[in-house]
Amino acid sequence: MHFSTTRALAIIVFSAIVCALAVPNLFAPATFDALPGALKRKMVLGLDLQGGSHLLLQVDADFVRKEKGENLRDDVRRVLRDAKIGYTNLALQGLTVSVRIREEKDVQEALRKLRELSQPLAGVFSGSNIQDLEITETGGLIRLTISNAGIIQRIGQSVEQSIEIVRKRVDELGTVEPSIQRQGLDRILVQVPGLDNPKRLIDLIGQTAKLTFRMVDLTTSVQQAQASPPADSEVLQSNEGQPYVIEKRVVVAGEDLIDAQPSTDQRSGEWVVNFRFNSAGARRFANATRDNVGRPFAIVLDNKVISAPNIREPILGGQGQISGSFTAQTANDLAILLRAGALPAPLTVIEERTVGAGLGGDSIQAGLKAAWIGSIFVIIFMFVTYGLFGLFANIAVAVNVGMILGILSLLGATLTLPGIAGIVLTVGIAVDSNVLIYERIREEVRAGRSALSALNAGFDRALATILDSNLTTFIAAVVLFYVGTGPVRGFAVTFGIGILTTLFTAFTFTRLLVALWYHWWRPKTLPI
Amino acid sequence: MRIPLLRLVPDDTKIDFVQFRRISFPLSAILSILAVLAYFHYGLNLGIDFKGGTIIEVQSKTEKIDIAPMRATLEKLDLGEVQLQQFGANEVLIRIAQQPGGDAAQQAVVTKVRAALGDAVEYRRVEVVGPRVSAELLGYGIIGLGLAIIGILIYLWFRFEWQFALGAMIANVHDIALTIGFMAITQIDFDLTSVAALLTILGYSLNDTVVIYDRIRELLRKYKRLPMKELLNEGVNQTLSRSVITHITVTLALVALLVWGGRAIHGFAAVMTFGVVLVGTYTSVFIAAPMLMYLGVGAHRDRESTTENTPARVTP
Repeated sequence: MHFSTTRALAIIVFSAIVCALAVPNLFAPATFDALPGALKRKMVLGLDLQGGSHLLLQVDADFVRKEKGENLRDDVRRVLRDAKIGYTNLALQGLTVSVRIREEKDVQEALRKLRELSQPLAGVFSGSNIQDLEITETGGLIRLTISNAGIIQRIGQSVEQSIEIVRKRVDELGTVEPSIQRQGLDRILVQVPGLDNPKRLIDLIGQTAKLTFRMVDLTTSVQQAQASPPADSEVLQSNEGQPYVIEKRVVVAGEDLIDAQPSTDQRSGEWVVNFRFNSAGARRFANATRDNVGRPFAIVLDNKVISAPNIREPILGGQGQISGSFTAQTANDLAILLRAGALPAPLTVIEERTVGAGLGGDSIQAGLKAAWIGSIFVIIFMFVTYGLFGLFANIAVAVNVGMILGILSLLGATLTLPGIAGIVLTVGIAVDSNVLIYERIREEVRAGRSALSALNAGFDRALATILDSNLTTFIAAVVLFYVGTGPVRGFAVTFGIGILTTLFTAFTFTRLLVALWYHWWRPKTLPI
Repeated sequence: MRIPLLRLVPDDTKIDFVQFRRISFPLSAILSILAVLAYFHYGLNLGIDFKGGTIIEVQSKTEKIDIAPMRATLEKLDLGEVQLQQFGANEVLIRIAQQPGGDAAQQAVVTKVRAALGDAVEYRRVEVVGPRVSAELLGYGIIGLGLAIIGILIYLWFRFEWQFALGAMIANVHDIALTIGFMAITQIDFDLTSVAALLTILGYSLNDTVVIYDRIRELLRKYKRLPMKELLNEGVNQTLSRSVITHITVTLALVALLVWGGRAIHGFAAVMTFGVVLVGTYTSVFIAAPMLMYLGVGAHRDRESTTENTPARVTP
């Protein structure tokens, strides 16, 4: 039962500092913002407590594969045409493009040209000599296969680009502190606090928003085009189901937009979206409209025709207007989508969890109530059972909870309702370390030891047991942290941290309290 | 004035826990079998975490909610299996089974329900889990339980002899079997929080077992000649007061969660209370400790003590 002054002070100061880390949580937002950077740390309330929406999105990997395959096929066609090499049977199957070279003398030349399509993989594969294409040739038949690593890299790029675009779209909703993170290979986790109905968010995120301006193909009728699809046109429908034959060639695409704003048309009073092209887009649009006065062109969004107006006069200023029976909201949303840009691949919502602010508030209240009542029960019970020593245990448990909150704040961890349950449970289990020590002391007293010797023996012998029993629980908490998601992970965090702080307080703080008391009073017998 | 302190367990108890195994072992065996039968008969009520589907919790803005018209409205939407459960006067929990047609089809459910119920109710909670995520979460849950058991087993193996690790494992499997049986009978939602509860029960029950095993190991070193049965009884009796007191503090914390913690963690608290309060401590005292009788913990020690007492034979 001996602590040097330095060690005693170190324990007290360390415990106090860790507990003090929790203090910023109590500050009003304005006070908190005024804190210096290093102290600006506090717990984050989980979406289950503050209300909000959790959306897990997945990039459509099939789309990425298909698009990559089609691009490769088009590249092969272009390369062979440019090199004036005759070919037949150009076909795409899965991730493999095959093509037969007509003349045997051209095969080596074709291979040389096609090999230029293959690129070394960047990122994790950089430095190694892995290419994104595998190219083989047997008897004039050349096969180009996109490697798995190439697809993975492309999906990764799609996710990164999508995150930027999703962020722009979510920011337009004006919500506080949305969090958008990549999860795993092909997923994006979007968490938006305070959002009661994520329908609009899902609508905004769920659209690819690929905008193109193309000419309407007047050389064929819709019926003919549906019966035998032409090579350079396709049949697309408007939102109302009206079919159009639209050229595949894109005049100007959404990438060339530099601004889009909702507005009302001065003459008709209906909602429209005004847009502006960059200089390259403006030039192409001017050329196309000049050459096609009197013909209709189509504005196509995600393979739906929004409108197909006739070109009355050349549009030279690079500015235009999209109309198509919009409401204020749909016009505004389309403007948001156009400003943020198109997603490289469609995103699907594969998990949604939304908690209304009302339920969140109720959960906080219920959690706090349970925590207080549980703690008071335990405190009273410990005091009735161990008297003064019970009081020591209660102080140690209070310090313990303070340290849990301090560490959670330091880590900026998320506090969830199961997390609060973890703290309550820690209170119940933390006193176990004290119980083990006190019971051991009682035994040693019964065995006839003096007060000091019983205290020493009690602490020393109980500590090994405390370590063993807590570490087994800690293993369970660590596993839970790795397999759990969201609120359950919050439980693993508080429960795990609770075990560590319990070990700390049992080994140092409780012992120090008892030692200080002993040195002050020098009792002959122990009130235990 | 001195207030006498509470002594729940008298000093120096001599309860024959090991003898009690003649009752506790068959009892636990029967209960475990019943639990397994209950599992196969009723099955676990898989929540949307593992089964996929939609949960919508609504609260009426007016006084009372009438569940029958709401059920009729929702059944007209043709969404497959729809379950409604009322809480209090004005809250209803709607569960809708996973829709055929992959992830995209699930989102349409919420839109339809919102359109059908309109603004007369407040949407307190909406959860939609698609087929891909639910399959993964189930996988994680199973892997998690497996990893925890293996991790703890390895730890115990390092810290104790293998017999103790085996005894603790049997006790553990027993706890998990009974808790799963409890969930099958009560049909409490089995979801990610249930896995959290199971893992915590696992950790806590082991915590208890380890405390008793620690004492038994200490006694094994101290009393070389005491018969195993008496030694095991001594170990359990010496730690009995601690077991009871800790048990009570954990129960107090859990009851607080169960009664005041709100519905969101009610299932979690109920499973924990069953596992920790009713099963965990019983297992440590009546199963884990007496189990050591059969695992040959004493055998090694007896041989050692024989050699010690007759040094002449081993010295050439």
